[in-house]
Amino acid sequence: MKARIMTAVVHTLLSLWLSSLALAQDGEPYIHDPSTIMFCDGKYYTFGTGGGGLISDDGWTWHSGAIRPGGGLAPDVIKIGDRYYVAYASKGGGMSGGHAGAINIMWTKTLDPKSPDFGFNDNNIIATTDGIEDCDAIDPAFLLDPPNGRLWLTYGTYFGFIRIVELDPKTGLRMPDNQPLNIAIDCEATALMYRDGWYYLLGTHGTCCDGANSTYNIVVGRSKMVTGPYLDNMGINMLKGGGKHFVSASGRLIGPGHFGLLNLGDGVQKFSCHYEADLDRGGRSVLGIRPLLWKDGWPIAGDHFKEGTYEIQSERSGFALELAVDFVRMPNVRRGFGPNAHTEPVTPIAPQELADVSKNWPAGNIDIRIADFMVRPHQKWTITPVANSGGYPGSPFFKITIAGTNRALAATADSEVVAVPAFTGNPEQLWRIDQLIDGTYRIMPKAVPYSKEPLALIAVGGCTPTLAKFDPRSDKGRWNFKTP
Amino acid sequence: MNMSRNVTTMILGVLAVLSFQVFLPASVNARTGDATSDTARSIAPYFTPATSSPKAPDADGFLQRWLILEPINKPNRTNTVFTDSYVRNTFNTEYFPNQFIAVPRDGDKVTVTGEQLVWHALDSPNFNVKLFRFAYGLYKPTYGVVFWAVTVVNSPRELKSVRMAVGSNSASMWWLNGKEAVILSGDRRMVTDDCVSKRLTLNEGRNIVRGAVINGPGLSDFCVRFIDENGDPIKDIMINLESAEK
Repeated sequence: MKARIMTAVVHTLLSLWLSSLALAQDGEPYIHDPSTIMFCDGKYYTFGTGGGGLISDDGWTWHSGAIRPGGGLAPDVIKIGDRYYVAYASKGGGMSGGHAGAINIMWTKTLDPKSPDFGFNDNNIIATTDGIEDCDAIDPAFLLDPPNGRLWLTYGTYFGFIRIVELDPKTGLRMPDNQPLNIAIDCEATALMYRDGWYYLLGTHGTCCDGANSTYNIVVGRSKMVTGPYLDNMGINMLKGGGKHFVSASGRLIGPGHFGLLNLGDGVQKFSCHYEADLDRGGRSVLGIRPLLWKDGWPIAGDHFKEGTYEIQSERSGFALELAVDFVRMPNVRRGFGPNAHTEPVTPIAPQELADVSKNWPAGNIDIRIADFMVRPHQKWTITPVANSGGYPGSPFFKITIAGTNRALAATADSEVVAVPAFTGNPEQLWRIDQLIDGTYRIMPKAVPYSKEPLALIAVGGCTPTLAKFDPRSDKGRWNFKTP
Repeated sequence: MNMSRNVTTMILGVLAVLSFQVFLPASVNARTGDATSDTARSIAPYFTPATSSPKAPDADGFLQRWLILEPINKPNRTNTVFTDSYVRNTFNTEYFPNQFIAVPRDGDKVTVTGEQLVWHALDSPNFNVKLFRFAYGLYKPTYGVVFWAVTVVNSPRELKSVRMAVGSNSASMWWLNGKEAVILSGDRRMVTDDCVSKRLTLNEGRNIVRGAVINGPGLSDFCVRFIDENGDPIKDIMINLESAEK
C-alpha cells in the first residue's frame, strides 16, 4: 500500500514538474522588464532592470551573465547594421523619488561579454522629462520602421503620456528638431511592431511589482501611422485609455508585462515578457516566451504547448498522422436506413483500445503515413516535454509516442519519419513544436542524422509524410493537434 | 517599470511631492498629441474657471464641468487595497456635513478633520478631469487622497435607459440623483467607458451627478459621460452649475 502511495506521489510530483517544464523557461530566468530578445553570435540575450541580463544557448534555458552597464530601468535593444543599440532609463520611474526621467542610448558591436569586440560606446541622453510634466521618460522601446528604415523610440509610463520620438539610425541620437508626440496615456513598458501596413502599440496595464497579486496585463492598439492615433478594437484611442486585451495571467504565471517581439522567421513569431510572479518559483519575476498569433489584423497571445494525447492532423489533407499498420474494423451492425432500422435499444459502442490492435503491430520500426482521421489507437500520440535535453525559444523539446506505448516518432538518416520501438532520447527522437502565426503548428526534429539543414515534418503527398525544408507559404508543413 | 506605483514606494511618492513643491518647476501643456511644455505651476492649462453659461458635453459626450473639492488626506501605500468593500466603506463615510446631498457653490468651504477644504467650479479642456493636476496646481497633496466631485446635468426631456459610463484612476464611486450608479474598485487606470451603470433615467431638468475618487500613488483622474442603448454618447444635455443653486 505504501509503495502504491509513494508511486502515486512520485507520479503526481513528476506530472506537476513536467507541467511546469512546459510552462516556464528553464534555468534561472529571473528578470524584470526584459529587453527585446537578441540573437548574437549563437546565443540569445535579454537585459533587465537594474543592470545585467540573461543569456541562453537555445532560448529555453537561461542563466545570468549578460552585461549592461548603466543600471537604471527597463532597457531595450535593437540591432542596426553592425551595432546593437541599447536604450535604458537612467533616472525616473520613482528612482530617487521622482519622475524626472531620462533615456540613455549606447551601442556595442556584440552582446557577448567574452568577445574582444564587446564594449559600450557613446552613452547619450536622448529624451528627458522634468518630473513635473505629464510624462516620465522611462521604459524605452525601439522600432525600425520596416517600410522606410526610420528609427522610432517610445517611452513613458503610468505617470501621464506615452511619447514617441524619432532617432537617427546611424547614430542612435535624436533627429534634429524632432519633438516628442503623445500617443497613449497611462501604460507601462510600451513596444511597437509593424505588420501588413499597421503599426501596433503594445502597453502594459495593471499593477506592477506585487508578486502573486500583480494584475499586470498587456493591451494593444493599432494605427496606420507610426505617430498614431492608436485605436483599440472598440475604436477607443489609447490617448483615452483604450487598449485591446492581448495577454493576462494564465496557469501558475501571473502578471505578464513588457512585450518584446521575437520574430523567428518562416511564419513563426513569439513574444517575450516577464511574469510578475511564477508561482512555481516562489513568486519570483521570470522571463516568458510565448507564441504570437494573428487574427483579423490583431496580435493574439498563443499558449505554451500543453503535453497530452492528440491526433496530429495535416492542414493539407485534414487526415491524421498514423502508424502504417492494418486498419482494424470495429464491431458493426448493418441496420439499413428505413423507419424500422431503429427498433432495438440504443447501446453505446466501446471505443477501440490499444490492446485490441497493437498485438498485431510489427516489433521493429513502423512506417508513418497520413490517413483518414478516425480516432484510433494507431493515430493517438502522447506528446511529453523531455527534461535536460535542451529546447528552443520558449519551450523544451518533446517526445512523440503512440499513446500507451513507448513507440516514438523519429527522423531517419534518409530524412523520412518512422516510429521506433522505444524512445531513447536521441536527438532524432526529440521534436520542436512551434505554433505558427495562424495557429497551426510546425513540427521539426531536433536533428536529422547526417543532415545539417533544419527540416520539418511535411505532407509531401496528401497521405505521405516526409522531412523537408519548411515553406511558410504552404499548408504542407502545417499541423493541428486535436484532442481525440 | 514603475518604482513608485508599487506597494513599497508611497514614501518615494511623498518625497516626490515635496520636491515638486520646493522647486516649482515646469508643468506641461495638457493637449494631447503635443508634448510641448509650459512653465508655471498652477491648475492651468488643465482647468479654467467654470462660467455661468451652460456648457454642452464635448464631441464624445464627456462632462467637462465639475465642482471639485480639494483633496482629503487618505494615505494608502498601495492601490491594491481598493476592494469593493473598502471602496464602499470609504465613500459611505461622512467626511463633511451634507456630503451626500449638498450641491456646493464655487468657493464653498468644508472642514474635514480640522482642515478647511475649498470647492472649485472648473471646466476641463480635456475629456478627462485631471485630479492630480488639480491638487498639484493648488499645492495640495497629490498621493494618498480622496477627491469629491459634483456636477449638474440638465436634460431637455426625460431620458430612459441611459447609462453612466466612467473611467477613473484609481477606484471611484458615482451617484445619480442620490442613488448609487456605478463603482470602480481595484487598482485602476483611467479608461474610457471602463465601468458602466445599469440602465438609468435622466430626469427632465436637473440631475445631480456625484462622484468620489481615491488614489494612493499614481495620477488621479476620471472621465464621465452618459451613453445610450447603443453605447453612443448622449450629447443633447447641458451642464449648468448655476442651476444647482436654485
